[in-house]
Amino acid sequence: MYRYDSIDRQIVNERVAQYRSQILRNLNGTLSDDELKPLRLQNGLYIQRHGPMLRIAIPYGLLSAGQLRKLADISRRYDRSYGHFTTRQNMQLNWPKFEETPEILGELATVEMHAIQTSGNCIRNITTDKFAGVAPDELTDPRPYCEILRQWSTFHPEFAFLPRKFKIAVNAATEDRAVIRTHDVGLELVRAESGEIGVRVFAGGGMGRTPVIGKVVRDFLPRKHLLTYLDALIRVYNRYGRRDNLYKARIKILVNALGVEEFARQVEEEWTFLKDGPATLTDAEFARVAAHFTPPPYEPLPDNDPSFATAQAENKAFAAWAKRSVHPHRIPGYAAVTLSLKAPGSPPGDISDTQMEAVADLADRFSFGELRVTHEQNVVLADVRQRDLFEVWGIARAHGLATANIGLLTDMICCPGGDLCSLANARSVPIALAVQEKFDNLDYLHDLGEISLNISGCMNSCGHHHVANIGVLGVDKNNEEWYQITVGGQQGNAATIGKVIGPSFSAEEVPDVVEALVSVYLEQRTPEERFIDTFQRLGIEPFKERAYRGRDRRKPAASEEGAAHD
Amino acid sequence: MTRIIKNGSIVDDAWTILKLAEGETPESAALPEQNAIVPLPVWQARKDELVSRGQPVGVWLDSHEGPEAIAADLQHFTLIAVNFPKFADGRGFSTARLLRERYGYTGELRAIGDVLQDQLHFMKRCGFDAYAVRADKNIEAALAGLKDFSESYQAAVDQPQPLFRRRTA
Ligand code: SF4
Repeated sequence: MYRYDSIDRQIVNERVAQYRSQILRNLNGTLSDDELKPLRLQNGLYIQRHGPMLRIAIPYGLLSAGQLRKLADISRRYDRSYGHFTTRQNMQLNWPKFEETPEILGELATVEMHAIQTSGNCIRNITTDKFAGVAPDELTDPRPYCEILRQWSTFHPEFAFLPRKFKIAVNAATEDRAVIRTHDVGLELVRAESGEIGVRVFAGGGMGRTPVIGKVVRDFLPRKHLLTYLDALIRVYNRYGRRDNLYKARIKILVNALGVEEFARQVEEEWTFLKDGPATLTDAEFARVAAHFTPPPYEPLPDNDPSFATAQAENKAFAAWAKRSVHPHRIPGYAAVTLSLKAPGSPPGDISDTQMEAVADLADRFSFGELRVTHEQNVVLADVRQRDLFEVWGIARAHGLATANIGLLTDMICCPGGDLCSLANARSVPIALAVQEKFDNLDYLHDLGEISLNISGCMNSCGHHHVANIGVLGVDKNNEEWYQITVGGQQGNAATIGKVIGPSFSAEEVPDVVEALVSVYLEQRTPEERFIDTFQRLGIEPFKERAYRGRDRRKPAASEEGAAHD
Repeated sequence: MTRIIKNGSIVDDAWTILKLAEGETPESAALPEQNAIVPLPVWQARKDELVSRGQPVGVWLDSHEGPEAIAADLQHFTLIAVNFPKFADGRGFSTARLLRERYGYTGELRAIGDVLQDQLHFMKRCGFDAYAVRADKNIEAALAGLKDFSESYQAAVDQPQPLFRRRTA
């Protein structure tokens, strides 16, 4: 993974000092709360329902074992001994003390971490494929691109105060696991006919109140032009994006207003002035960064380790776990492993200090000392020998990290919601827990197969409900919590926004509605079909009909939109 | 006399910013005797008059007014100011870079409006060399904002070479 040189280190240390001074000035009254707000947000510090929340950056989800141990240590000393992984592959601490946040950032800096631009109207943490570098379907490793973008976006002087937040994701695989088309900018690494690797640029995707799938603004951009082109694109947004209405300020609104062709034309025009300028990426720089991501010293191994097959044959529980949690690897004899943070009874994405230490130990022993945080809020060990899988499973199980539900209904993406987040319209974690409780039978879940259920506490859509097969969105009606259900969304190459099925439900109804929806699938599916396939074949009607059967809707469907921040 | 930060130190400011009052038109507004920083509409309406006074001319752009509007007139200006109506309005950063990098403006480039310590680093990088720090703030303290960072990754006006072209191999 990328290691800081003295300059990277100095920049992060200077950031800690700057932030410390901002907090001090606020405490001594020379920097007002309003003035501090955008500054602290650019350091990931929110003031939430119960106090501050600190969002720590995990660039493109990659962590070393040492970094995770430090996070465990910080969570113990400055918080309540747990952290929460987010859909942007970051970690949130929910109970830090305001005055101690500079100390936390100081601690993070010692392990080459920070909280830079994890919030605020600036370029946010770059995200990518959780299987980057090991996926068999990958064209090239996206991580050097991500790191180059991280450096370019860190304190970008022109783009620190954009109209709104700006999210970039990178995908280099055949299957898009980074949901790039729901990002402000999605970058797909592609190979031109000439063999040259470059980037297909999507823009204007996003979730929030107005979900939009991103559109291609440039089909092929040679690698060396990546930064100058993005400078041009974001400059057009910075200058012409709307600033008069919070809900209309994302780039998707500008792209839609201009039309994608006109937007692309303006970017190209701006780019002619920047193209081939000093910010043109050099091969030397690409090579310098890429050298940090060279493959670890893999052992030469046979394709399939016989002990793995034997263990599966002998142990049903292990086999069930392996089926969900073990993923193909481009190197023979190796596998990527997902550790589930979706155990029954625990909020999705939460990880305790002891679990963090257990994962760090697993990474050190079995996966070259590194791990990844996924946007589905789980953890991946990317480089495990097949022959070690049984042992990894045993250790993971002892720490509650081996629930065999990856990709299944209870592998829910869920935002912190109304229990913690001050923007929320409704709580989301209790919904997740109630669904887990109702669907606690693993055999049933395995039979149900792949299905995604995502929950957001408000239109901000941190829980990515729009791209879930079943999406749950908290809405506020007369100060009551209600839940709007969408069906038919999906991530990946065929990213689709789910459709609202009708009037919203009370919290108690949600698990039953989920059951009603999946029962339609169970009755109607063909042997090959996943939930989403059956949905696409049948359309929304049978699902809608079943969801409302026997339910007396007291409240009308109209104007269901919550008053949330987008 | 008000004080501003200019070229890294605190100096007295001899200029007067003209703001159109309610009901005042660009044509009718009274011009300050000398050292006037006029709003763009006044410049556009009274170019000849301003130039013929034989005095240094300053103009200020509001955050929605792009540099294109004055790109052809740059030789007339001793000073260009860019207004930040709220410090969260970041359009002025692009305006500044365009004036310096695209249109080659070399005179004083001043940030006015909601100008606070923690933006100065970004402003400097984008080509500002003068900062009218908001009047209620301690300008001496704000000066520290120019020194928060000793290195930057990106190419910008103050350092046209990105870090990756300068890292010692
Ligand atoms: S979706 Fe809404 S409630 Fe949930 S974390 Fe985001 S802002 Fe908070």
